[in-house]
Amino acid sequence: MLKIVIAEDAVLLRAGLVELLERVGHRVPAAIGDATALVRAVDAERPDAVVTDVRMPPGHRDEGLRAALELRGRHPGLPVLVLSQYVATAYATRLLGAGSADRGGLGYLLKDRVLEVGDFLDALERVAAGQTVIDPEVVRILLARHTADDPLRRLTPREREVLGLMAEGWNNQAIAQRLTVTEASVVKHAGNIFMKLDLDPAEGNRRVLAVLAHLNHVAAADS
Amino acid sequence: MGVAVWAAVRRRPVRFLVSWWPWRGWALLVTGAVQGAVVLVALAAGLLVGVGLSVLGVGVLVLGWTALLGVPVGALERWRLRLVEPERLPDPHRSAARGLRGRLRERASRRELAYALVQSTVFAAAGLLFAAALAFCLLLLSAPVFILAVSPDTVMLWPGRPVSGPLDGFAASAAGLLGLVVLAYSGALLAGAQVRLAQQLLGLRDTDLGVRVVELTRSRARLADAFEAERRRIERDLHDGAQQQLVALGMTLGLVELELRGRDTPATALVARARGEAKLALEQLRTLVRGIHPQVLTDHGLPSAVAELAARHPVPVLVDLHLPRRLPGPVESAAYFTVSEALTNAAKHSGADGITVRGTLDAGALRLSVTDNGRGGADPGAGAGLQGLADRLAVLDGRLTVTSPPGGPTRLELEVPC
Repeated sequence: MLKIVIAEDAVLLRAGLVELLERVGHRVPAAIGDATALVRAVDAERPDAVVTDVRMPPGHRDEGLRAALELRGRHPGLPVLVLSQYVATAYATRLLGAGSADRGGLGYLLKDRVLEVGDFLDALERVAAGQTVIDPEVVRILLARHTADDPLRRLTPREREVLGLMAEGWNNQAIAQRLTVTEASVVKHAGNIFMKLDLDPAEGNRRVLAVLAHLNHVAAADS
Repeated sequence: MGVAVWAAVRRRPVRFLVSWWPWRGWALLVTGAVQGAVVLVALAAGLLVGVGLSVLGVGVLVLGWTALLGVPVGALERWRLRLVEPERLPDPHRSAARGLRGRLRERASRRELAYALVQSTVFAAAGLLFAAALAFCLLLLSAPVFILAVSPDTVMLWPGRPVSGPLDGFAASAAGLLGLVVLAYSGALLAGAQVRLAQQLLGLRDTDLGVRVVELTRSRARLADAFEAERRRIERDLHDGAQQQLVALGMTLGLVELELRGRDTPATALVARARGEAKLALEQLRTLVRGIHPQVLTDHGLPSAVAELAARHPVPVLVDLHLPRRLPGPVESAAYFTVSEALTNAAKHSGADGITVRGTLDAGALRLSVTDNGRGGADPGAGAGLQGLADRLAVLDGRLTVTSPPGGPTRLELEVPC
C-alpha cells in the first residue's frame, strides 16, 4: 500500500486515477488540480510517491513539472511520476537531468499509458521503489535521432532493442522476458552496448541515466 | 489618362466641327459659368458668415461646412463632366469616413475644394466669356436674316457704316462662322483642360488607393487572426473535453479488465477490445488536434513543436532552429504548418533520406528553410497545401519560395517579419 498524491487538472482523469489507485489498494490523501496546491499537499502529507501532470494551472504551461522538480529539491529522493500529454523530450531531459536523480524513482510517461492500467500501475510501483521509468515513445524518439558519426550506428539491431528497453528502465531479467531470450544473452548484449557506447555498466537507475544521458547527448549534438 | 475631347480633335480635326463635340464643350463651359457663380457666392457667403460668427464658436462649424463645399461640387462635376468625358471619374471618398470630421480629414475633400475654387473662378469666367462670344457669333451669323427683318430701316453692323442690303450681311455671317470655328476649337481646348484638372483633383489618387490597400490588408489580417483564434479554441475544446473524456473511458475499461482478471468470461475479450478502440479513437483525435493547432506549439513555441515534428518523421530530420524569443501566434502557426507541409511533401515525393530545417530570427524577420536531399523536380504550384500556406504567409507580409530543380535538392524558404 502506497500513499500517493495526485496532481491533475482534468477532473475526469483525476477522479479516474484516484479510483484506480484506491481500488488496487493504494491510498490517495490528496488529489488536486493545480501546481501550488501540489507543493502544499506534499509538504503536509509526505506521500510515498507523486503523480503529476506537466501542464497545470495557473499558467497551463509546465507548472506540474516545475513543481515536481521543486519537490525533489525539498524532499530528496521523493519518487515522482510525471504524466505528459505529448512527447517532449525536453521534459524528460529536464526531469532526469535535475540532479539527485540517482536517489528515488523518477518516471516520465505519456498520458495514454494510463489506459494500459496494468502497465501504468507497474510503472508507478517501480518508480515508488526507486527505479526510473521512461515512456517507450520517448526512448524511441531519442534512439531515432542520430547522425552519421553516431556511435549508435555501431550497434546491431538486437543491441538497439536491448538498449531501448534498458532506457525504459527494465532490468536484465525483464528484458530477457520481453525479448524471449536468456538473461545471460541480455547481459552479453548489455556488455557489448556499454563497450560500444563507452558507458559505465553500473546497475539500476545509473544504468538508465547513463543510457539516457548518452542518448540526450546525441540528440543535443544532432539539433 | 486621356482626354476624350482632345483626342477627338486630334483624330479628325475637320469632322470634329460638324460632330456633337463642339456643342458638348460649349455646354460644359456655359453651364459651368452658372454653376461657378453659385458656388462662388456660396463660398464667399460661408467664409463671411463663418469669420463673422467665429467669436461665437458656430463660426468654426460654418467654416468647416464651407470647406466641405468642394465635396458636393466634386460630385456634381464628376457627373457634369460626362458631357465631354465618357469615362466616369471614380469617387475618391472612403465610405467609412463620414461626417464633418471624417470628410475634413480626407485629402480628397481638400482637393475637391481646390477644384471648386478654380472652377468657380477661372472656368466660370471662361464659360461666361464663351457664352457672350457665342451669342455674338450667332448674331453675326444671322445678320442677313436680321437685316431683312428690319428693312427698310438702315442697319449698322459696324458703327458709322450703314449696310445697303441683306447681301452685305453675308460678310458678317462669314465672320460669325469663323468665330464659331475658333470657339469650337478653343472650347474643346478649355473643356479638355477642365477634364484634365478634374482627373488630377477629383478622381482617385494612388495615396487614396494606398489607404484602401492598408484597409484591405488589415481586414484580411483580422480575418486571419479570427481564424487563428478559432483554431485555438477548437484545439482547446478537443483537448480539454473529448480527449480527457476518452482517457477517462479508457481508464474505466482498464479497471473493468482489472476486475475481470483471472475470471474466465467472454466479457474479458470484449472489454479489451473496447479499450483498444478507445485508445485508437484517442490517437486519431490527437492527430486531428495536431493538425488544427498542436498543443506543444501553444505551450513551448516553434522550436519545440518543430523538434516534435522531426521526431515523428520517418526520414531523419536535422533541426537547427534557435529563436531568442516567442513569436506572435499567427507567425508561429504559419511557420509550423509550413514546415509540417514541407516535411510531409519531402517524405511523400522526394525520396530523400535526409532533411534539414534551419531557422533564425534576425533584423525583425523569421527566416526558415527546409531542405531535402531528394530528387527535386517538385512543382510549387501543384500543392494546394503550399498555396494555402503562401496565402496565409502573405497576410502576415511574409513570403514563401520553393526551389526544386530536377535532380534536387528541394528547398523551401519562408520569410516573415515579426
